[in-house]
Amino acid sequence: MTAALQSPPRTEPAAKAPSRRKRPRTHPLRTVSPVSRAFVLAVMTLFAVYFLLPVWWLVVSATKGGGEVFSGNGFWFGEDFALVENVQTLFQAQGGIYARWLLNSLLYAVGGGIVSTILASMCGYALAKFSFPGREAVFGTVLAAVLLPAPVLAIPLYLVFSFTGTINTFWAVFIPSIVSPFGVYLSRIYAASSIPDALLEAGRMDGAGELRIFAMGVRLMAPAMVTIFLFQFVAIWTNFLLPSLMLADTSLQPVTVGLVGWRELQGYPIGYSTVVTGALVSVVPVVAMFLSLQSFWSKGLATGAVK
Amino acid sequence: MTRQRPSRLRELRRAAPFVLPFLLLFVVVYLVPTGYSVVQSFFAVKRSGLGLGGAETVFAGLGNYLRVFQDGDFIASLGRVGFIGVIQVPVMLGIALFLALLLDSSVPKGRKFFRIAYFVPYGLPGVIAALVWSFLYAPTLSPIAGFFASIGVDASFVTDGALPFSIANILTWAWTGYNTILIFAALQAIPEETMEAAALDGCSGWKAALLIKVPLVRPALLLTLVFSIIGTSQLYNEPVTMKSVAPNLPSTYTPIMAAVRSLSANDFNYAAAQSVVLGALICVLSVLVFRASARSVTR
Repeated sequence: MTAALQSPPRTEPAAKAPSRRKRPRTHPLRTVSPVSRAFVLAVMTLFAVYFLLPVWWLVVSATKGGGEVFSGNGFWFGEDFALVENVQTLFQAQGGIYARWLLNSLLYAVGGGIVSTILASMCGYALAKFSFPGREAVFGTVLAAVLLPAPVLAIPLYLVFSFTGTINTFWAVFIPSIVSPFGVYLSRIYAASSIPDALLEAGRMDGAGELRIFAMGVRLMAPAMVTIFLFQFVAIWTNFLLPSLMLADTSLQPVTVGLVGWRELQGYPIGYSTVVTGALVSVVPVVAMFLSLQSFWSKGLATGAVK
Repeated sequence: MTRQRPSRLRELRRAAPFVLPFLLLFVVVYLVPTGYSVVQSFFAVKRSGLGLGGAETVFAGLGNYLRVFQDGDFIASLGRVGFIGVIQVPVMLGIALFLALLLDSSVPKGRKFFRIAYFVPYGLPGVIAALVWSFLYAPTLSPIAGFFASIGVDASFVTDGALPFSIANILTWAWTGYNTILIFAALQAIPEETMEAAALDGCSGWKAALLIKVPLVRPALLLTLVFSIIGTSQLYNEPVTMKSVAPNLPSTYTPIMAAVRSLSANDFNYAAAQSVVLGALICVLSVLVFRASARSVTR
């Protein structure tokens, strides 16, 4: 912009003539030499390899037999394809505790995701649509909490929960999971722009209760809610510090804490290929969630970045 | 005034059922623990005799805070995290901006593939990513070290000197794509007409990217910068997971690890003081970043 304003008029005659002819046919930015095109593609491919290689290693290693994981080419399949046996070993190890960890993670992440999404969108809706006293104070406090990192909060939470004797229970991990300040922030922005005031007025004229009106508004907020759910799901599934602090009982632990515990055993009695297979299997629900809700999170990311 | 007041009250009555459930839990999960930690940080447990007698809680004033600032391990952990942040955050955001500009340019084919490829690490839970890298770094097991050994280079990722860079690499690997997508989304929001106008003025390609696009996505860059600083200051998963391949990694490697160690030593009041100091430092840092950038925008 500044360049446009500062450029002296003398460049105009020269610049204008060719561009006026060009513009209708090809966009000026799309005329790129093949050399720079190839260079850009090479750079982008190089980074794609960097980002994908460790994941590729994980997939390949989970298919290898116990003796083969760390011999031969780490980034290619081994002699025999042992994925099925590895998965069997994984689910049989230590009395099948891995299945329990997966179930725990699902309970924390799906349950926490659903409850936090409902609570956050209700709050965000009210902050967007009702001008009640103290509204900005509530929003400001919630916004400040978005910046307070969860790990820093984990230690205070541990202190409070150990004071109230909630430590080492399901609730010690579940209760913190159902509060999403980011969700409130996102749903307020989204509700403000997507739910027309006319909807509320019309609902009230027809004598509908506030909850009925909200139920109608929720349909318009659905994309934001899916985004909040996804982010919260991933945040809970990924969480490590809070559950590892709160839960000493291995049967309550989520899969992340369980796996790191296995890793620390240094390959015995739980083999390395079992840990690697466990890591791969633990990623599947997150990937499935991303794939099934793809159109929502990409939009949600855009809203978060622009606003 | 006389007409407004009842309407504001009515709005409050309408809003309350929607706001209160969240607010109540917010108080329980955010405000109470924060307040409780601040209070706890001013107390200390005095054990009489050899710790066999009873313990009593006494007011310690700023004692715990003095201890925090004299604690060599804690100061060292702040230094390590500061060092990792200073090298890792600029590198990561530089790459993210670069990749976002490439994605946004009209050059690449298969834009969708690259976008997903860059985003894949974000789908891997942080601690699982650290777990994978712990195998890739492990001195005796690593396929990468194995490759280097085969060409005669002795590569180790877990020496004291290499550790900060190994950890920084995990962070960069995990978060660059996420930041790329955020910046890319902001780039996509730039109106087509802006870039066309720039091109008519003879500004296109890299010049347009640096002079027009980058300033326009400054809000998104700022967001990624603040989140990255916050992210680095709470470093925990990666070093803890790395301990399985690096026994030389101290259990007070990062401030959060130091606070967790105080917890496990039942030194609750001190852990509270440590987390209060850390939280305050992070708040100050993010406020500073916001203010610095606000100034540069208005200038």
